Amino acid sequence: MEKLKFGKSSGFFDTFERRPGAIKKNMHYCPGCGHGILHKLLAEALEEMDIQDQTVLIAPVGCSVFTYYYFDCGGISVPHGRAPAVGSGIARANPDSFVISYQGDGDLGAIGFNNFIQAANRGENMTVLFVNNAIYGMTGGQMAPTTLPGQKTMTSPQGRDPLTEGYPLKVCETVAALDSPVYVERCALTSYKNIMQAKKALRKGLENLKNRKGFSLIEFLSGCPINLKMTTDEADHFIEERMMKYFPIGKFKDIADDRPAISKHLGIFEPAAVKRILYPNRQSSSKSKDFRNKSEIFTKERRIKCAGFGGQGILSLGMMIANMARLRNFNVTWLPSYGPEMRGGTANCSVVLSRDDVGSPIVDKDTNLLIAMNQPSMDKFLPELKKNGVLLYDSSSIEVPNCSEDKKVFGINAAEIAEDLGDHRVANSVILGALSFILRDYFLEGDDKADFDKTFEEAIIDCFANKKGIVDLNLKAFYKGKAAVETCF
Amino acid sequence: MTVKSKKFTVKIIADECKGCNRCVKACPKNILALGNDLNRFGFPYVKLVKDECIGCGACYYSCPEPSALAVYEEV
Ligand SMILES: Cc1ncc(C[n+]2csc(CCOP(=O)(O)OP(=O)(O)O)c2C)c(N)n1
Ligand code: SF4
Ligand code: SF4
Ligand code: SF4
Ligand SMILES: [Mg+2]
Repeated sequence: MEKLKFGKSSGFFDTFERRPGAIKKNMHYCPGCGHGILHKLLAEALEEMDIQDQTVLIAPVGCSVFTYYYFDCGGISVPHGRAPAVGSGIARANPDSFVISYQGDGDLGAIGFNNFIQAANRGENMTVLFVNNAIYGMTGGQMAPTTLPGQKTMTSPQGRDPLTEGYPLKVCETVAALDSPVYVERCALTSYKNIMQAKKALRKGLENLKNRKGFSLIEFLSGCPINLKMTTDEADHFIEERMMKYFPIGKFKDIADDRPAISKHLGIFEPAAVKRILYPNRQSSSKSKDFRNKSEIFTKERRIKCAGFGGQGILSLGMMIANMARLRNFNVTWLPSYGPEMRGGTANCSVVLSRDDVGSPIVDKDTNLLIAMNQPSMDKFLPELKKNGVLLYDSSSIEVPNCSEDKKVFGINAAEIAEDLGDHRVANSVILGALSFILRDYFLEGDDKADFDKTFEEAIIDCFANKKGIVDLNLKAFYKGKAAVETCF
Repeated sequence: MTVKSKKFTVKIIADECKGCNRCVKACPKNILALGNDLNRFGFPYVKLVKDECIGCGACYYSCPEPSALAVYEEV
């Protein structure tokens, strides 16, 4: 008779059904890879500590991206470097969970370092298992933040030069210097002795998790023989003789016993409460609800682009159109895009009106209506105008455009009209007036034509609600614009 | 009086071994060795070459595969 003394843990699935292909008992790692060694320690710990059901193991991007193939516990995959951020969310939304963030040196030290260090500094209830193999394994051996000075990689073919690339990132040392983390240790997955120390450290990290002590970090110096272009023995030698000189193993911090269990404030998740916080007393309209027109006008989505110089009131023009549509019960999006300067630069905004949900607020193709207030905007956005689209432009500064027959083109000398009214800034309302006329013929049906001007007036008043003095001037400009375009017919 | 010492053995699943040599290096008794045969996936695999296992588990913990190798106690 034989009794199993050391064998596969039930922290693993018996058969790796989630792994595609024919191989269901092996893992996907290269021969001798340190990830496999750590996986076994972790599976054993999950089983022996009886925490599988509450554990959420967050798989990073990197060679260990497929942890969910193997571990019989909760799991989630996240974008590169985001494990500590997602983990913070999980730990806070579900304080009963045990969050383990499993991360490589590229994932943790490069793309995700801020997420990581902030989670550490907040003392999130999570344990981070940091696999430092001094290289980007998954992508074929590029230099990592932890690559050693002189170490040759695909992207440091002459060897890492600290004068150019800086010195390797000492993650444990950095985290140990923070006040929140309770436990920091660096281990090496090389000899049996070192692996046993890693097993102990891992247990300690998971105990802290179980006792809600906050943030623990365990770094594992780990072999990537394939990318180091070494045998397993040589890779272990590299770790013990070269990596450990720079990254000494040992305990950097252990204050878990002195710290009480942490319970973070629970978040607010109830939808109505969230809405109240995000949108406090949002005013809808000064008109009664009955004002809203319920007819089924333009069932299709309308995609509008307004563009010109900054300072021409492009964004408020878009806002007025959006307001008009909102008052008529459309779903509306208004998305500004600013140039770098407040004045003189270019500005544009995308407005989408729809009876249905708006899929994307970005208008960069299939535009139904283009309002161009300067030449560069015309040149840039005209190609995006859809077949049969409507073009409205300021003819005082823009050349007659050369567009295909199908387009409906309206030029109006908005800037000149605005100057005549005594304020060049109301050119946008002149345009809006023209638009009210054009929209009526091309966008509206049935009863909606009747109270259309009213809606625009309302939109203007709404837009300048806190600048009462200029409402009248803008209304005047609106009707001037309308009259100007009417005479074109 | 004879003291019956415990007996241990190691079982290797040839097709799960990737021939990385970690267990060979870890074994304090030097009783594991890579053979010349290749398994179904083209890897040389480990064999127990002497019946002197002390059941220490060094091979098990050094092996990166979940079930390529397991240590048993004879009872
Ligand atoms: C946003 C994003 N950027 C880049 C990549 C490409 N990428 C995949 S894995 C990886 C680096 C992984 O290195 P590391 O975290 O050290 O893990 P290892 O494979 O070495 O265990 C990179 C850059 C990606 N998948 N996603
Ligand atoms: S590339 Fe390196 S880290 Fe990735 S599986 Fe292979 S040995 Fe492991
Ligand atoms: S259990 Fe110990 S003695 Fe036995 S084969 Fe494995 S390493 Fe060698
Ligand atoms: S450590 Fe595992 S995979 Fe590597 S040679 Fe030994 S049994 Fe095979
Ligand atoms: Mg790496």
